[in-house]
Amino acid sequence: MLYKESASKLLEEKVKPSEILEAFLRRKEELEPKIRAYVTDIYEKAYDSAKALDSQTPKGKLFGIPIAIKDNINIEGYTTTCSSKMLQNYVSVYDATVIRKLKQEGAIIVGKTNMDEFAMGSSTEYSAFFQTKNPWNLDFVPGGSSGGSAASVGANMVPLALGSDTGGSIRQPASFCGVIGLKPTYGRVSRYGLVAFASSLDQIGPFGRYTKDVALLLEVISGHDPKDSTSANVEVPAFSKNLKPRTELKVGIPKEFMSYKIDKEVEESFKNFVKFLEDNKATVKEISLPHIEYAIPVYYIIAPAEASSNLARFDGVRYGYRTKDFKDIFELYAKTRDEGFGPEVKRRIMLGTYVLSSGYYEAYYGKALAVKNLIKKEFLDALKDVDVIISPTSPTPPFRFGEKLNDPISMYLSDIFTVSVNLAELPAISIPSGFTKNGLPIGVQIIGRAFDEQTLLDLSYAWELNYPHYDYISNV
Amino acid sequence: MEFEAVIGLEVHVHMDTKTKMFCSCKIEYDAPPNTNVCPVCMALPGSLPVINKRAVEYGIRTSLALNCNINLTSIMARKHYFYPDLPKGYQISQYEKPLAEHGFVLLENKKVRIRRLHLEEDAGKNNHYENSSLVDLNRAGTPLMEIVTEPDINSSEEAKEFLEKLRAIVRYAGVSKADMEKGQLRCDVNVSLRPKGSKELGTRVEVKNVNSFKFVQKAIEYEIERQKAILLEGKSVEQETRGFDPQSGKTFVMRTKEEAEDYRYFKDPDLLPLILSEELLKNIKDNMPELPDERIERFMRDYGLSRYEASVLTNFKELGDFFQEATEYTKEYKALSNWLLNDVLGFMNENQIEEIPITPEHLAKLVELIKKDVISTKIAKEVIKDMLISKKDPDIIIEEKGLKQISNEDEIKAVVISVLEKFPQERERLKNGEEKLIGFLVGEVMKLTKGKANPKLVNKLIRECL
Repeated sequence: MLYKESASKLLEEKVKPSEILEAFLRRKEELEPKIRAYVTDIYEKAYDSAKALDSQTPKGKLFGIPIAIKDNINIEGYTTTCSSKMLQNYVSVYDATVIRKLKQEGAIIVGKTNMDEFAMGSSTEYSAFFQTKNPWNLDFVPGGSSGGSAASVGANMVPLALGSDTGGSIRQPASFCGVIGLKPTYGRVSRYGLVAFASSLDQIGPFGRYTKDVALLLEVISGHDPKDSTSANVEVPAFSKNLKPRTELKVGIPKEFMSYKIDKEVEESFKNFVKFLEDNKATVKEISLPHIEYAIPVYYIIAPAEASSNLARFDGVRYGYRTKDFKDIFELYAKTRDEGFGPEVKRRIMLGTYVLSSGYYEAYYGKALAVKNLIKKEFLDALKDVDVIISPTSPTPPFRFGEKLNDPISMYLSDIFTVSVNLAELPAISIPSGFTKNGLPIGVQIIGRAFDEQTLLDLSYAWELNYPHYDYISNV
Repeated sequence: MEFEAVIGLEVHVHMDTKTKMFCSCKIEYDAPPNTNVCPVCMALPGSLPVINKRAVEYGIRTSLALNCNINLTSIMARKHYFYPDLPKGYQISQYEKPLAEHGFVLLENKKVRIRRLHLEEDAGKNNHYENSSLVDLNRAGTPLMEIVTEPDINSSEEAKEFLEKLRAIVRYAGVSKADMEKGQLRCDVNVSLRPKGSKELGTRVEVKNVNSFKFVQKAIEYEIERQKAILLEGKSVEQETRGFDPQSGKTFVMRTKEEAEDYRYFKDPDLLPLILSEELLKNIKDNMPELPDERIERFMRDYGLSRYEASVLTNFKELGDFFQEATEYTKEYKALSNWLLNDVLGFMNENQIEEIPITPEHLAKLVELIKKDVISTKIAKEVIKDMLISKKDPDIIIEEKGLKQISNEDEIKAVVISVLEKFPQERERLKNGEEKLIGFLVGEVMKLTKGKANPKLVNKLIRECL
């Protein structure tokens, strides 16, 4: 049962690429019709590539390892749809920097995964194409916006996947699908080739079921990129080689987080994780992040403002969807954008356009930036005292389809523990902490110091040795 | 009532870099449509801008040349509007914190303050056909500087003088060819009127995208007259954006105040703040090329030219460079400048020639020939006409046409005697003190020698032979 193994072990044991791929391909054939994680499925082609690798001497850190890519990351020659009608037939002409790095290290791409349109959403229900189901229960959402990547890994259809996280879009679906998801420090991974949602918050990050795999993938995609001015010129540690179980840490729990309305089972699972830490020489203490309560409103000003600007290029002139009938250029714009974008995207473009308008800029965007800096400072101050900060990843376990669709605010609150981390530009990981009585996954979030992803991975590693969540295999 | 015009200019200057502002596509003016494009300047999804360091350096050089304060930290911002030639739906520009502020340009009789200089990128081009419009993105992303003046200009002549000076400055700074024909220098003009002596500003009208010095002058003159007529009727001028139609010489409404766009400026999150080190600034300062004002001063000081001469030689950089080179062959600077500004420049203007048709060495030689009495000034006029057309060495022209001055006393004396014999009455009158007749007699000698006789000698010999 190769699909249950870690990529690291498969590499260590030098399993033939085609054997690895075949195992995941079989699993995909079985589950994909129910789960529908992929917008573009290229397993067959990937199998041919794997076959071709069989005769080669292994080279590269991910030689022959299958990987799924969120459909907002450009791969030359394939569509990059962002799960939007706007880009349904848009074929990329270049590779994102992360894709170039993956190819260099021998990884094999098996498909492009479904997502909330332009990464705006927390359930993948805003995909313009179809719903992706939770691999643990098909009546529930996989989370979002990287729902396809999380579900694919959660269903063992692929050992690794890339997602993007602007306000929790890697961590929340990781938590909902029972896998590990890591949002790197802002600037750790190049954004070149990631279709921008909110440029100052977006980061590409890895999904996996084993900490070592996640460490390996992070190591491969990280690093300064001259094509991304916001990518940081800092050294990339050998995350996978350095990996060691570590719990002897100072751990902070923000009291403001715990005052939110949290689901009982989520709270219990979180307490269980805290107990594990305390039992293993961690010092757990309560901390305070007084302005964290403004994280959601600040996020829902900054992210839509940048989105309204980033999405201006989808105008029907050069590529992508174009309306059929128009009488002049302005009608071309209006109808193209009206027909090409879904309701959540339009909602955010309108929000963003409003908050950047002259006369409102200072009251909204200017103020939001000031509070963002305040929140960041509070995190940095807190992290002088503690090594990591922990919280549940999401206040609830996975919810049912349609449950929050008509209540955007309640959908936004699904990200209440994750958005502040993007505002603070810090790294954070979501790891599976248990299941509800109904068998739905629950996750905890660990937030670290800037560029200290290693500590997050080390703690995740210690936890999985204690609780080997990867031994649970979804069966739907 | 008398009115005073208050004019401010916004000038866009293409920077002469090899590549675009935010990607490494080449800048070419005649390339086939959409051949110098890439994911960044076509705004394909996922692409990101990276600032062109050379363009920043050029911006700094220009800022220094315009006596501006340079902001060590400046911010790139997005300016939003929808137009097919603007692929991202926004232009990357600078808004709240521009590269440089508070400079000035000295004109003949006035100081025009520079409000700001900022960096930005150009848009592409829409080509319109009968039933369609096509977009060419070769120009999209070309580095631009926008230079904004304070409203310190009061006439169309001053505006022209300012633009000529500015063009000279950017050319001297080596940052732009500033060729208006190629759209490398474009101008928006803000014009308002106020009663003469008033301190308050009137309602401002902006005339967009005027693309030649002549049109700038015409647009201003038209606007002044148009606004004057409105004010004299007791009505008020509308704040609006207008265009200029070169055919009719008139301006027309493009956008009223109500239709003004909200550009929703905000800091571009894809680009970090532009932080400049003191070291970089010092380096650029130390390596600044000579600027127009410096050249004027130097030409006056080192070559004894008048301010007017030095200015003309400076404003037409090629003429000044020519002069500079010619000084290596002669020390007759004043004469050199005269020949260059009168005969050479006159010939070029008359025939609408852009390039100087002769070499600095040949002009210097001509000046030396006069100095050494080999030819007279009068003959020299003939020689230079020949030089400008044939491009020949003056020595050769003189040789071929036998124009060498006659300085042989005996030879001239013979002619003088024959003239005095031919005009005995005039000879007598001169003898009796009627001095003006010397000119007549010299003229007669020159006629007979075809202008080749040395006039000083002729003078001397006539008096001797009386």
